[in-house]
Amino acid sequence: MSDLAIRSYLPPVIEVESQDELLEVAMGPHHPSTHGVFRMDVALDGERVVRLKPVFGYLHRNHEKIAEKTTYLASMPYTDRLDYFCSMTNNWAYALAVEKLAGIEVPERAEYLRVITAELTRIQNHASAIGFLLQEMGASGTPLMYAFREREKILDLFESLSGSRMMCNYMRFGGCRVDLPADWLDAAKLVVAGLPRFIDEIEALLTSNEILMARSQGVGILKPDLAVNAGVTGVMLRATGVNYDLRKVDHYGIYDRFSFRVPLGEHGDIYDRYMLRVLEMRESVKILEQAIPQLPDGPILDPKSKPRGFRPKPGEAYGRIEAPKGELGFYLISDGTGNPYRYRVRPPSLINLTILEDMCLGQNVADVVLIFGSVDIVLGEVDR
Amino acid sequence: MKTSEQVLSDLQAAMPGVKISLLANPSPSAQHSLLVAAEDALRVAAYLRDQLGYDYCSNVTGVDWLDKETTEKMKTSRTVLKQVDGVEQSVEETVEETVKRIEPGYLEAVYHLFSMKHGPTDPHPPLVIRMRTGNRGDAVELPSLTPVWRSAEFQEREIFDLYGIVFRGHRDLRRLLMWDEFEDHPMRRDYMDPDDYEYEPTPHDEVLKRADQQRLQAVQGGAQ
Repeated sequence: MSDLAIRSYLPPVIEVESQDELLEVAMGPHHPSTHGVFRMDVALDGERVVRLKPVFGYLHRNHEKIAEKTTYLASMPYTDRLDYFCSMTNNWAYALAVEKLAGIEVPERAEYLRVITAELTRIQNHASAIGFLLQEMGASGTPLMYAFREREKILDLFESLSGSRMMCNYMRFGGCRVDLPADWLDAAKLVVAGLPRFIDEIEALLTSNEILMARSQGVGILKPDLAVNAGVTGVMLRATGVNYDLRKVDHYGIYDRFSFRVPLGEHGDIYDRYMLRVLEMRESVKILEQAIPQLPDGPILDPKSKPRGFRPKPGEAYGRIEAPKGELGFYLISDGTGNPYRYRVRPPSLINLTILEDMCLGQNVADVVLIFGSVDIVLGEVDR
Repeated sequence: MKTSEQVLSDLQAAMPGVKISLLANPSPSAQHSLLVAAEDALRVAAYLRDQLGYDYCSNVTGVDWLDKETTEKMKTSRTVLKQVDGVEQSVEETVEETVKRIEPGYLEAVYHLFSMKHGPTDPHPPLVIRMRTGNRGDAVELPSLTPVWRSAEFQEREIFDLYGIVFRGHRDLRRLLMWDEFEDHPMRRDYMDPDDYEYEPTPHDEVLKRADQQRLQAVQGGAQ
C-alpha cells in the first residue's frame, strides 16, 4: 500500500514547549455541560487545548443487540429513547428503513402527518439546542426557559396526539399509529402561529448580543472539506457552507411539495451554527404553514401492512432522513424471520463528534464547553 | 451517479486484477453491494473517493455471519451380508447417509457511501461496499478505511469493540463503548451475557477462614 498516496484528514498536532508541563484534565462525566454521561480527556498547555480525546459509553445499553432479539415492531418504541428530544424523527427514520426493506407504501395523509410532526420536532430541538448553548455560555436560565416554554406547547401537541410527550412511539411501517384527535389541527395552527413571534423574540435577545458574538464568532471553526470527509451532517455541515439537506437531496416523504430554503453558513463557527438553527426554525414554520392546511383525508396506515407477524423477505436496506441533529439512518438485514438479523443505527450525534478534537485544538479550555454545546448531541443516541 | 454494476466495471477497467464482485440484494430496496477483497480495499476506496466522487462515507458497520452447518443427504451403495432364504449372501444395498458440512462463518464490515458533491443535483442510492474476514476466530484483520474517510474513525472503533474486527492502519483503535478491561464482543451472534456483569471475586471466604484461625490462636494463646 505504500505506493498509494491517500490524502487523509487528520487533526493538527499542536506544538508544545515541554510535554511535562501539560495539565491533564478530565472534563466530565460530572461537568455540567456533559450531562453526566460524557467525558473529554483534555491536555492543557496553560489555557490552550493541545489534546482532546472524547470518552463514550456511559449510557451504552447495546440498543442494536436488543433490537436484534425482538421483532421489528417491538423496536419502534425503543427508537424513541435514542435521541429522546426527537422521538418523532427517530420513528420516521426506522419506519422508512423498514418500508424500504419490505416495499411498503405510505398513504398520503400519513405522509403529511409525518412531515408535520417531524417539523414540529425540528423546531423544538433547535430551540432547546440554542437554549442549552446559551446556558453553557453562562446565560443561566433565560434563553433556555424561553425555549422550553415553546417546547412545552409542542410537546402538549405530541401528548394529545400520541399519549406521551417525549416517547411518542407514533409511527408504524406504512403509516402512523393513530389519527388526529378532534381540534388537534386547530391547536397546532395556534402553536404554529405563535412560533414566528417566539423566533423573533429569541433573535431580539441573542442575534446581535455582544457577549454571544464575542464568544462564538471565529470560535470552533470547521472547514468544509474536513466536514465532508468526516461525515458531519445536519446543521454542523451546512454551517460550513456545504449544501446537503436530505429533505432536498433524497426527496423522501413529500418534502418536494413544499417550498422552503436550505440556509447555509459561511464561516463554520459557533455563531453560524446558532444562526442556522434560527433560520431552520423559520423554514420549518414555513413548511408547517403549508402542510397543515393541505392535510388530506384518508387512511393513515397502509391497509396491506401487517405490523404484527411482520416478516420481510430476505435482503437488506439502508434508509435515512434529515433528523434535527443530522443524517439519521437505519441499516437492516432481514433473514426472513420476524426479527431483524442486523439492526444498525447510524447516529448523527456520534459521528458529528469525530471532529470535536479538530475544532477544539488550540482553543481556550473555556471554549471547549461552547464548541461541544454547539454540536448539539444527545448522549442517548451517541452511546446507544 | 453510476449504478453499482457500472462502478464495478469502472473499477475493473481502472485496476486490472482487482478482486471485487457484485452481491445482489433481493429486497425491494435493490441496494446491491460490492464485495471487495481486503488487500485491494484501500486502493478501491481511494479511487471511489477521488475519481468517482464518493466523498461521503455515511454508515460503517459490522455484521456477524455464523458458521453454517449444511446437511446433505448422499446415497452410497455398499455390500452387506444378509440372510436371504436362510442362506447368507452378500447383497448390494443403497443407503442414505447424511453428511454434515460446516461452512466457516466470517465477520463483515459494511460501508455505505454517498456523494455530497453530486448528491443535490443527482439523487442516488447508497454505494455499499463490504469486506470479509477470513473467519471469526484468528483471521479477523481488515484494512482500515479511516485514512480515506475520516467518518469511519469512531465507527470502526465501534466495530472493533462490538464485533472484534481488527482494523489495520487505524490511527487510534481502542474500544469505543465498552470499558477497556472488557474482553468479549457483545454484538456477535453467539455472545452469551454473563450472569452478573459486576461480579468480582471477593475475598469473603478467605477472610472468614483467616478470622477463624485468628480466633483459634487467640483462644489457644489465652489458655497458655
